[in-house]
Amino acid sequence: MSAIIDFLNNNGSDLLIKTWEHLYISVIAAALGVIVAVPLGILLTRFDKAASPVMGVLGMIQTIPSFAILAFFIPVLGIGKIPAIIALFFYSVLPILRNTYTGVKDVNKSLLEAGRGMGMTGWERIRYVELPLSIPVIMAGIRVSTVYLIGWATLAAFIGAGGLGDFIFSGLNLYQTEFIIAGAIPVTILALIVDLILGKLEFKVTPKSMRDKEKTA
Amino acid sequence: MLKFEHVSKKYKGGKTAVSNLNLEFKKGEFIVFIGPSGCGKTTTMKMINRLIEPTEGKIFINDEDIMEKDPVKLRREIGYVIQQIGLFPHMTIQENISLVLKLLKWPEEKRKKRAEELLSLVDMTPDYLERYPHELSGGQQQRIGVLRALAADQPLILMDEPFGALDPITRDALQDEFKNLQKKLDKTIVFVTHDMDEALKLADRIVILRDGQLVQCGTPDEILREPADEFVEEFIGKERLVQAKPNITTVEQIMNAHPVTITSDEQLSNAITVMKTNRVDSLLVIDQEGVLEGYIDVEAIDQNRKKAKDVADILIPDTFSVYKDALVRDTIRQILKKGLKYVPVVDEKRHLVGIVTRTSLVDIVYDSIWGDEELERAQ
Ligand SMILES: Nc1ncnc2c1ncn2[C@@H]1O[C@H](COP(=O)(O)OP(=O)(O)OP(=O)(O)O)[C@@H](O)[C@H]1O
Ligand SMILES: [Mg+2]
Repeated sequence: MSAIIDFLNNNGSDLLIKTWEHLYISVIAAALGVIVAVPLGILLTRFDKAASPVMGVLGMIQTIPSFAILAFFIPVLGIGKIPAIIALFFYSVLPILRNTYTGVKDVNKSLLEAGRGMGMTGWERIRYVELPLSIPVIMAGIRVSTVYLIGWATLAAFIGAGGLGDFIFSGLNLYQTEFIIAGAIPVTILALIVDLILGKLEFKVTPKSMRDKEKTA
Repeated sequence: MLKFEHVSKKYKGGKTAVSNLNLEFKKGEFIVFIGPSGCGKTTTMKMINRLIEPTEGKIFINDEDIMEKDPVKLRREIGYVIQQIGLFPHMTIQENISLVLKLLKWPEEKRKKRAEELLSLVDMTPDYLERYPHELSGGQQQRIGVLRALAADQPLILMDEPFGALDPITRDALQDEFKNLQKKLDKTIVFVTHDMDEALKLADRIVILRDGQLVQCGTPDEILREPADEFVEEFIGKERLVQAKPNITTVEQIMNAHPVTITSDEQLSNAITVMKTNRVDSLLVIDQEGVLEGYIDVEAIDQNRKKAKDVADILIPDTFSVYKDALVRDTIRQILKKGLKYVPVVDEKRHLVGIVTRTSLVDIVYDSIWGDEELERAQ
């Protein structure tokens, strides 16, 4: 117990700073993922033929080990926060894209026809019909994606982006378990909290009438 | 109002869904497209609001070629009720009803008022406005589906089997309700169904399609009276043809062609003999050419026995009569209303050709109630 207090006395402020860094690297990467993947996912529903090749390529990127991707970006973008965010962003795209695509694709065809028949433009259909009805699925994708990113962001320390990975890496280098634990526990807590918050948000953006159904389904 | 000119639709796979359709409809008409599954009803209807575009031919609405209009604008001017109802589950009833108005940029306040107004048309209280579609019964949902198509007061409404998924009682009620609504609002309606009863009940004109081709277009009466071919007959169904008989047959088809008559120059004593032998209490009076002049009955003979000698002396002229091609339906109504025992039937020149008595009515009633069974037995 006293060891923990000791550790916090010495590294407490550092821990807070690293946690903050960690959070914002992950969140910014996820946010970029949303900005790119949601429109792209909707776009893919309009060009069905392109959907499976695009998903395939992204799936392949996903399987490249994260270390490799991070290493790959060093010669291109150098080291620091920006290359780390960009690399993580690549990972966030696929889950969000896939959920957006299937979510929008699964919107009842007769609702789309009703919309088209009453004279909605393509944009109005997205805004009034497709997005509201697929938002629960899209949000689930964002949630999963963000939680994963918080885990992967640990590796960002490897290219000098900071974050809780710093603790873990120095722990590994110096054979000091308390540093490893001091990095790992906050990452887990961060992931849980973000998951909780996004879960609440997911519920909030789900149209009122569809909330009960979600539960019973 | 709505005109099809040589309209054909060939789908990409080479399937011809509609071929060379020529039709013209007036404003305020209730038009029902009917035919077996796959005959091209939906295709025909969706060409009107350009959800499907014709491969050949032209469609005009109020003399405007629809292909020259912006499809979005065109669709906002046409109400559309889809078969699956298609209410948006994430929107309240009010939002559903007034969505078109939102697209048309009506202010919120006006939209709400309009939604209330529409809801009252189908006798639903305003507290439904805040509910969601899944909180309504199937019949109520379909009502909302119809109201949504009426929201912007579109003069033309397209409906694809709107009552198909409802139970028979609800469907019946909704049909009545909707027919009244249509008369009140004076809309032109294009309605697709495969239910002949529904078509007969609602339509001003029925369009029968088969394999993408027009088979017959006419009022329900015309179609029942003169089915264009065996296909139509089959489609209407023998049962319905029998049931519909009193509604469409003419007096000539059911009258007794041998009424008991007497010419006006005969003597009364002869008239009495004729009555006696035929066991009737009145006689139709005709002249030498067979033209109906009136009638005499026992009462008149009895009162004037002393003075009168000839039939002409006691003749009661201006008898109520019907033409031989009058509808039985109308004739029955008049017989019942006027409390007549019989009605003489005449041709255009007032020649007496027959008589419809109350006994003939019994036959018709018998026919339409037990006719089916006899038909079945005969088969
Ligand atoms: N998108 C399409 N591509 C190819 N063929 C089609 C398409 N839509 C319809 N068809 C074909 O065109 C024909 C007419 O179809 P349509 O939907 O108009 O029939 P319908 O009369 O409405 O039938 P139902 O009573 O079953 O609704 C059918 O043979 C159908 O298989
Ligand atoms: Mg159809």
